[in-house]
Amino acid sequence: MTPIATPTDAELPKLKLDWAPLLVLPALALAALPLIGSAPTWVTLTIAGLAMGMMIFIMASGLTLVFGLMDVLNFGHGAFVTVGAFTATLVLLPMQGWMQADSVLMNLTALSLAVALAMGVTGLLGWAFERVIIMPVYGQHLKQILITMGGMIVAEQMIHVVWGPDQIPLPLPASFRGAIIFGDAAIEKYRLIAVAVGLIVFVAMFLVLNRTKVGLLIRAGVENGEMVEALGYRIRRLFVGVFIAGSALAGLGGVLWGLYKEMLTAAMGSEIMVLVFIVIIIGGLGSVGGCFIGALLVALVANYAGFLVPKIALASNILLMVAILLWRPQGLYPVAKR
Amino acid sequence: MSEALLTLTGVHTHIGQYHILQGVDLTVRRGELTVLLGRNGAGKTTTLRTIMGLWKASRGGLVFDGQDITRASTPDIATAGIAYVPENMGIFSDLTVRENLLLAARAGEPDAQRLEWIFGFFPALKKFWNQAAGTLSGGQKQMLAIARAIVEPRKLLLVDEPTKGLAPAIIQSLITAFRELKGMETTILLVEQNFGFVRSLGDSVAVMDDGRIVHKGRMAELAEDRDLQQSLLGLSLDAHQ
Amino acid sequence: MLHRLLSGDFPRSLWLSGALALLVLVLALAPFLFTGARAMNVAATICVFIVLVASYDLLLGYTGIVSFAHTMFYGIGAYGVGLALYSIGPTWGAMALGLGIALLLSLALALVIGLFSLRVKAIFYAMITLAVASAFAILASQLSDFTGGEDGRTFSVPEMLRPGFRLIEAEVFGTAINGKLITYYLLFFGALAIFLFLLRVVNSPFGRVLQAIRENDFRAEALGYRTVVYRTLANCLAAATATLAGALMALWLRYAGPQTTLSFTIMMDILLIVVIGGMGTLYGAMIGSALFILAQNYLQALMKQASDALTAVPVLANLLHPDRWLLWLGVFFVLSVYFFPTGIVGKLRALKR
Repeated sequence: MTPIATPTDAELPKLKLDWAPLLVLPALALAALPLIGSAPTWVTLTIAGLAMGMMIFIMASGLTLVFGLMDVLNFGHGAFVTVGAFTATLVLLPMQGWMQADSVLMNLTALSLAVALAMGVTGLLGWAFERVIIMPVYGQHLKQILITMGGMIVAEQMIHVVWGPDQIPLPLPASFRGAIIFGDAAIEKYRLIAVAVGLIVFVAMFLVLNRTKVGLLIRAGVENGEMVEALGYRIRRLFVGVFIAGSALAGLGGVLWGLYKEMLTAAMGSEIMVLVFIVIIIGGLGSVGGCFIGALLVALVANYAGFLVPKIALASNILLMVAILLWRPQGLYPVAKR
Repeated sequence: MSEALLTLTGVHTHIGQYHILQGVDLTVRRGELTVLLGRNGAGKTTTLRTIMGLWKASRGGLVFDGQDITRASTPDIATAGIAYVPENMGIFSDLTVRENLLLAARAGEPDAQRLEWIFGFFPALKKFWNQAAGTLSGGQKQMLAIARAIVEPRKLLLVDEPTKGLAPAIIQSLITAFRELKGMETTILLVEQNFGFVRSLGDSVAVMDDGRIVHKGRMAELAEDRDLQQSLLGLSLDAHQ
Repeated sequence: MLHRLLSGDFPRSLWLSGALALLVLVLALAPFLFTGARAMNVAATICVFIVLVASYDLLLGYTGIVSFAHTMFYGIGAYGVGLALYSIGPTWGAMALGLGIALLLSLALALVIGLFSLRVKAIFYAMITLAVASAFAILASQLSDFTGGEDGRTFSVPEMLRPGFRLIEAEVFGTAINGKLITYYLLFFGALAIFLFLLRVVNSPFGRVLQAIRENDFRAEALGYRTVVYRTLANCLAAATATLAGALMALWLRYAGPQTTLSFTIMMDILLIVVIGGMGTLYGAMIGSALFILAQNYLQALMKQASDALTAVPVLANLLHPDRWLLWLGVFFVLSVYFFPTGIVGKLRALKR
């Protein structure tokens, strides 16, 4: 038996924060500036990218946590996005008067009600989805993928059954419309709001994960669920909670996304899922921080490419993913696992 | 002899198609340090995992503190009063030393006095209190793993090969720690391959081979009897140290 | 003889053997049994889907990896042949060139995707293929100057395959021996040959290794270097076969477009057929394809009638609307994965015991 451990009191390396992925973001934005050529356009595109990135983050964060915690990849996550957006119309369309009134307070009240309902419904749906669809197939990746994909199709079709086959327009509330002129650049108000909401969600999530016992348990569970159980905690309950929260966040993301597009389609969830998957692969499966940076990267690239070479906008994200995986095969922030 | 705290009766455990435990009978007495010896693959780790409910016994029964835990879930077994230090230590490397201990203290914040007592024999933990556990050395991780199991008093401690891969200086501080625990009448089931380490610590000893207990007795007797060591463990003490 | 043809992998069930024999017989004689264009379309589609689904089963059933990019390879085959015939002209040379380029592109893509994602984690593969396939589908409809966009491309086939061509003037059993019939038999024998080839592959030592890897992967996720090689090879093989299926379909339709080749609906169809037919049994692809294509063509009409009859009950009418075909497929799919994981072939084989 050869001792391999270091002596007890050797000085430890200082805790290293992995900065490199954080630098990619400004580097990308700066590299795009000369390609785009015009500073105001660049500002508009960058803000648009950040807004989109925040929304994608909100949708993707729950998915990546659920995967990290329980090794469950829910291909039906996009259904919660769609259901969230459509549920919001149950409030927003009857309250059109409040939405279009020239009063921030009335707009916000209507919107808050819609968001609360959407998150409540998607959270509840998440709970049911977990019980009925996912629980029987724990630990069986193949069946998980197939079943959750099937669940997604059914949910999407049910949207058609309930809301009919047509697209539903969802106008922005009056006070969120229009743009702020900032020098030569026009910045849409709603994009700023989306950035703000995204930041709030990120900070809240960060605080919960780092400052509360539940958060510590979630982080511990991502790394070693068995040990969390051996310490006397029911990881299953933790998991259901995270699943519900993740679904509700997807619902919130759906409302934000629907208002951003001002048009709802039953396929909106599955369309955005393509970007969400790219984001969580880039970020490192299970990593919330990686998911955040990944979402911003993907959205910025999508916006810049959409302006520079519109025909290959989505393909550009595939290229981004390939580049990142060549650099870090497990994603930006790989999660230590068992 | 004191009364039994944990009793395994004819326990069989299957992992997939493999039949690992083939009728284990084992008793851990209150206040004693019981050592489970045996070569690699004899079923020692499986025994601990079966006690912890991480793998379920397919036959036989486990009784802990008068309570049948054969079918109990891992969290229930843990709250019944069993703490577990797995072979890979199960440290949450993303969390700090403090946070690791915080999770182990189910009642809330860890008791300050008890912490000081632990820092007494594991000073490194105090030094790196707010450091991510992943940056600790192997020995320090082992200390953290044991500290996590004892940060609140538990009825029984399961410890799986704590000396594996550690330097002699660290093994010495582990010995100190186990002496302290014995001093407080803690009941411990310790799996080891390093006979030198457990010879002076153990009260009782059980030796496993091929998924069964092949010898039970007092540690003192085994420590004296070189022939028995030779036949059970296939090693001579001198060669192993 | 039969033993060699089937590579020793017999259906192992009397009912299954009977059904398969009947299916092959009907498909072989289809031009002489049916007269309508619709029936011929159904028969041809079944032939192509047998190849498409069987090649997917090589991945899902035999190797244990889920891909959402199978329609991408199918589409590459269809577009390869279609675009070559469209831009060069209706010659055999153009067709061969298109097919060759399509095969190379498919192999290259499958190789790159495989090496990228199969190396890290099996679940990566499902996500990455989904992303790549969506990007590819969007790219195909965006590059409309080249691909014809959403409308796709209609093209002419070599003269011998055109309906107007007559091999012999006389009719045989009341059926004209024309180009359409020749195309059908090209599809039929092409599909038969590819199917027998796949049967050989899964029963070769290579196929046994694939199955061993699948079994291992279910238990532990320890992926070794060789695992990646075998999986990537299986991936390339499946991609090439799907490309051939796409080429056959394009020849039959004389059209290549996103709806008939790249759409996600087709991907769902493939998944459903594999699961219903029976994963890991190539015969499941035959039974599943036949039943599914028949249902798709004739049940949807039934749904329309039911929906029309129920217009008074809004939600029910919506549920049974032919556009909600996918809803029922989805429900059926989820239920089959739970309760019917061995599929029809598995059930039929269990009957015997």
